Amino acid sequence: MKRMVLLGLLALGAVVVLLPFIWMVSVSLKPQAEIFTSSVTLLPRAPTLANYWQAITQTAIPRYLLNGALVTGGILVLQLLVSVPCAYALAHRRFRGRGVLFAAILAALLAPFHVTAIPIFLGLAQLGWLNSYTALILPFTATAFGLFLLRQAFARIPRDLIDAARVDGMGEMAIAWRIAFPLAMPTVIAFAIFSVTAHWNDLFWPMIATTDPQLATPPRGILFFRDAESGDAPGPLMAGAVLVTAPLVLAFLLSQRRFTQGLANTGLKG
Amino acid sequence: MNMRESMSTLLLTGPAALALVLCVFLPVAVVFVLAFTNYQIGAPGIGWVGLDNFAQLFGSRMGRNAILNTLTYVSIVIPASVGLGLLVALGLHALARSLPRVSEMLKAVYFLPVAATLVAMAVSWQMLLHPSLGLVNTWSSALGLPAPLWLSDRGLVLYTLSAIGIWQSVGYNMVLFLAGLAAIQPSLYDAAEVDGATSGWARFWLVTWPMLGPTTLFVMVVTAASAFRVFETVATLTKGGPAFASDTIVYALYREGFVYFKAGYASAITVVFFLALLLLTALQIWVIERKVHYR
Repeated sequence: MKRMVLLGLLALGAVVVLLPFIWMVSVSLKPQAEIFTSSVTLLPRAPTLANYWQAITQTAIPRYLLNGALVTGGILVLQLLVSVPCAYALAHRRFRGRGVLFAAILAALLAPFHVTAIPIFLGLAQLGWLNSYTALILPFTATAFGLFLLRQAFARIPRDLIDAARVDGMGEMAIAWRIAFPLAMPTVIAFAIFSVTAHWNDLFWPMIATTDPQLATPPRGILFFRDAESGDAPGPLMAGAVLVTAPLVLAFLLSQRRFTQGLANTGLKG
Repeated sequence: MNMRESMSTLLLTGPAALALVLCVFLPVAVVFVLAFTNYQIGAPGIGWVGLDNFAQLFGSRMGRNAILNTLTYVSIVIPASVGLGLLVALGLHALARSLPRVSEMLKAVYFLPVAATLVAMAVSWQMLLHPSLGLVNTWSSALGLPAPLWLSDRGLVLYTLSAIGIWQSVGYNMVLFLAGLAAIQPSLYDAAEVDGATSGWARFWLVTWPMLGPTTLFVMVVTAASAFRVFETVATLTKGGPAFASDTIVYALYREGFVYFKAGYASAITVVFFLALLLLTALQIWVIERKVHYR
């Protein structure tokens, strides 16, 4: 009995959490006449894919999705290229300034991106780089969080393994990429999920760095779309919202454990 | 240390160190300087104005309004999101013993808003709360309840945004609490039972709650830090309106800096925002070092 009450309460909460998802999918499947009616229903009576067809063929949604993939991919690649060698050096090399560098990384963890936005905007404007993929990608090259996570993961690799590679004549850069990097793959994946999710969903920086709709990332694009249709086409708008949300939600449903680790537990374990 | 070693260290760490300086440290330093100037983006001149920008932020109605709204938002979202996160985690933890698969499924559902694109979900909330086409008001009218204007009533809008903020963050807190619950040793419950704590309630206060202390603190700080940054829902749903009723500090930063191009004033807002977050972190470290020693 007690268990049924518990289950009931948890299920009720789950329905509330799901409501905006259900509504988004439901409206996206409704024909126009069913949306603009006085008798609103939760589920569509005559579901249709017309809204999706319209969103894909007559709007810039595909372009936004492509931009999202380019920007998040570009950011992740750049972050790893810069962070992996440095994190490896911090974990397995002794050099002057190592303590300072590590302290700097911890200090940088304290500054959220919002704090640096104005000067970075001014700098990019000075260089004439605003309104470009560069403006969307480059400012995120430095990732204190990524450096910290990777350093902790590399530090768990046994010293002997690294020394053996050195004896075999491997260069330091090669050790970082061909030994440390693959061994730390779970951390790399957790960081990748964190980074891609953060930048796919980000609205703050794309709103600042770009005004060109051709460069809009998915959240920015959805707002361009909404402001252009101004209430006339909620069906295609919801279809667009579904398409923007789908990649990450599907990835999450397919690998829940990795996702929760990437988004939540990384912060705890460190 | 020879030349080759130094070169290879430089090659490994140089790019990251340079990126940190250019993307973090230099901009932070510049923001602290700009906060004391009247610089406008695109304007030819720049002049020192001392503390004028800060006086404007704390002295003007608009500035105080943004700060107060943010504090209200944070003080609603923290207790509600942490409390609900804990309740859901306790429920799922208890359910996991008898119905592990159902528990896993519900956990995924509660976490879904964390992975979903908030802007797209906010657009869906907008449809859900739409005065005439939305489901919420249709249902509440059918039940004979009032059908308020969730996003355009000045007295209500901040609470609506808070509710969406809670909706979005409960799942994250739940996952952190579940990890905390899993780390509690079962032997502690046996010991508590020997000591006479036989009801679930007594066991919760004697074992679970104190053992979750560090987790609860961590969850509260994380929730506070992300609530302070509320921007996406404001920008999507209200643009700070109506009549600045839902203006928040990060949205004000965006508006003053990048719509009105008042870089100096926006930098002052940034500095205040940054110092508030630093204070929060300091508080976290202070409390952890003083209070929490269980392991």
